[in-house]
Amino acid sequence: MSIRKSRDWFSPDYMAQKPGIEATYGLHPLDEYLRKDRIPHIWCPGCGLGVILNAYLRALKDSEIAPEDTAVVSGIGCSGRAAGYVDVDSFHVTHGRAIPFATGLKVGNRDLITTVFSGDGDLFAIGGNHFIHAARRNVDFNVICVNNFNYGMTGGQAGPTTPSEAKTSTTPWGGFEQPFNLPAVAAGAGAVYVARWTTYHVEQLIKSLTEALKKKGFCFIEVLSPCPTGYGRKVGLKTGKKTMQHYKENSEIKNGADPSEVALDPDDPETSIIVGKFVDREAPTFQDVRGKIFGEARKELEVE
Amino acid sequence: MGKENEKAEKCWIVKTKKGKGNLCVITKRCKGCGYCIEFCPVNALEFSEKTTDKGYHPPEMVGGCILCGRCEKMCPEFAIYLKEKKNEEE
Amino acid sequence: MSVMKEGTYFMDGNTACAEGAIAAGCSFFAGYPITPASEILERIAQRFPELHGSYLQMEDELASIAAILGASWAGRKAMTATSGPGFSLMMENYGLGLMTETPCVIVNVMRGGPSTGLPTKVAQGDVNQTRWGTHGDVGVVVYAPSSPQEMFDMTIQAFNTAEKYRLPVILLSDEMVAHMTEKVEIPSKEDMVIMDRKKPRVPPSEFMPYCPDEDLVPPMANAGEGYSVHVTGLTHDEQGHPSVDERTQNMLVTRLIDKIRKNADDILDYDEYKIEDADMIIVAYGSVYRSAVEAVDMARDKGYKVGLLRPKTIWPFPEDRIYDLARKGTDAFLVAEINFGQIVFEVERCTAGACRTYLAPKMGGSIHTPEEIFDRIVAIDKGEIPPFKE
Repeated sequence: MSIRKSRDWFSPDYMAQKPGIEATYGLHPLDEYLRKDRIPHIWCPGCGLGVILNAYLRALKDSEIAPEDTAVVSGIGCSGRAAGYVDVDSFHVTHGRAIPFATGLKVGNRDLITTVFSGDGDLFAIGGNHFIHAARRNVDFNVICVNNFNYGMTGGQAGPTTPSEAKTSTTPWGGFEQPFNLPAVAAGAGAVYVARWTTYHVEQLIKSLTEALKKKGFCFIEVLSPCPTGYGRKVGLKTGKKTMQHYKENSEIKNGADPSEVALDPDDPETSIIVGKFVDREAPTFQDVRGKIFGEARKELEVE
Repeated sequence: MGKENEKAEKCWIVKTKKGKGNLCVITKRCKGCGYCIEFCPVNALEFSEKTTDKGYHPPEMVGGCILCGRCEKMCPEFAIYLKEKKNEEE
Repeated sequence: MSVMKEGTYFMDGNTACAEGAIAAGCSFFAGYPITPASEILERIAQRFPELHGSYLQMEDELASIAAILGASWAGRKAMTATSGPGFSLMMENYGLGLMTETPCVIVNVMRGGPSTGLPTKVAQGDVNQTRWGTHGDVGVVVYAPSSPQEMFDMTIQAFNTAEKYRLPVILLSDEMVAHMTEKVEIPSKEDMVIMDRKKPRVPPSEFMPYCPDEDLVPPMANAGEGYSVHVTGLTHDEQGHPSVDERTQNMLVTRLIDKIRKNADDILDYDEYKIEDADMIIVAYGSVYRSAVEAVDMARDKGYKVGLLRPKTIWPFPEDRIYDLARKGTDAFLVAEINFGQIVFEVERCTAGACRTYLAPKMGGSIHTPEEIFDRIVAIDKGEIPPFKE
């Protein structure tokens, strides 16, 4: 049911005011987190990356986290450029190595609220080994995986999450690999917070990001994101709007679902996309445990 | 550093039960993706006939805005945002 | 018991290297077990708790170097240690460290190659990799220790150079030097020169993270200091913002190379032994230097006027010195290295045809014995061996 046409759903007085051009009013509320001279960014019209970055900066603002207390690390790919737009200490490192870099950064300075902002290929293909180990160690930082189901920057090749039958530039006759169920990988590796949203669910995404920013330990949020240029147009979702509509009509919120049962299932007509917060548990972080062990070592060595 | 902060080129006064507010659009940042228009719960926005210098059609207020802020959260370009009057003095 | 007290110790090379790092102020180590370098990580693991340092055994060498780059940007002095196979895996992020000018130290304890090769035996086959291993044009600094004492001293020197010139510096050791145990003198803290990276001298609003001083080295703001630096492997301008225009690429890469080339005299380090009247000069580095000294003495006893030049920094290489020596009556250079010929290219290039260059190769597994080098000298003198020709 599209409410696009039904204007009278709202009482008249809501419709009362007449639009007028007024003096310009202040800055965009998130400008304080943006490198304004780098905006507009390079991402295509309708690309979900901007929506996710918007949500992340909104979460930072809502959590009252000062720009200088936070750092963003991103790898290579369209998502890799995110670090360049955020007016915080931001690192755009090599392909797949955002997570180990962030591990060094976070262990090096435990007060830095560190977030890895990268894509499905960067985090789960070339960077997969680092992802599972950082989750196993429960290093205290957040990973936002922008899952647009392909390698967008390099021209729409298939990636580790691409639905098998999708035709991409490297699977012109259809794919023949089974894609990852990212929440299952994250939960299986030990992440203490695992959630999946789409760019259509901006309210829930902002809330989830805010939770992750507050939570100690390895937090993982997968965000399905339109990629009209690289992926969408090859699978009948030519514009960002079509992909967003697809998310809207095919997703169902199941908080607390078992991560192993939330694989994206394009064949399932109604709910091919299960979203929600699947894991939110407490576990001592890498630094907590190490702090305890080192403390005991120092006691043994009679060193303060 | 960097170029001077961008101000909104378009700004509409919006009066709702909650209070008065402004919906502002930095048209230079808009890439015409239509998310704000598509997903506004009250269809208060439409594509404007005029285009930005890059040829994109920015959103145009056609009335009914309830200052819910969905467009601001949905915008990938940081191009549209609310100025709530009630928590800011005039 | 924090930094080791001044005194004389009996220590193996790897342990001395770890203690050198600690003395230099290293407080972050990330590594992965690999023969013959594991003892460095083990010593760090033993010592870091009392020093409030952080160490991580990562999942692989790719993660190890990525982690020390991250830690360096968190303000730590950071080091990793590996051997050939891991060193090959580190090449891409070695380039990232060079491009983003991230101070850190990478120890490569060379072992027999190629591939898995001779994990427990000495070789020197990674030399050119330290120069050309990562893609693109780079300026590098590589130290080659010949003893446990130098494993201690040169690790400190490597950190100082890394902090001063803002780049990953390589300590190119080998299995022999790493696993031998010898006397190591540890100086008092006051006698040690410890350097730290230049800090910004202007507030964040005016700070350009990649705008260099005259020495071509930009001051460095760490993460969490409110300078919101943007660090990227992409070609970047003075503000650190990515750029794709040729002019920025030209300015940046030229500076990264000139930063080392124009400061080479300050970094360059080498030894000479009985070289004044020598008409043949042996060039040897790392563990082979120890045999070469013996060979020089043996040759001198037999009347051969032989001297020795030992690069302590492989890069920058003592180019001018060899060029001058070649013109001042040296008939021949004999390069003794445990590979099929790598530094010999540099020596031959630097003589620029003024004299002949010979190679005493060895395939790995053991170092040249003094006798082998001596026999080589005799054979050359008799003209039985042709000069080195690739």
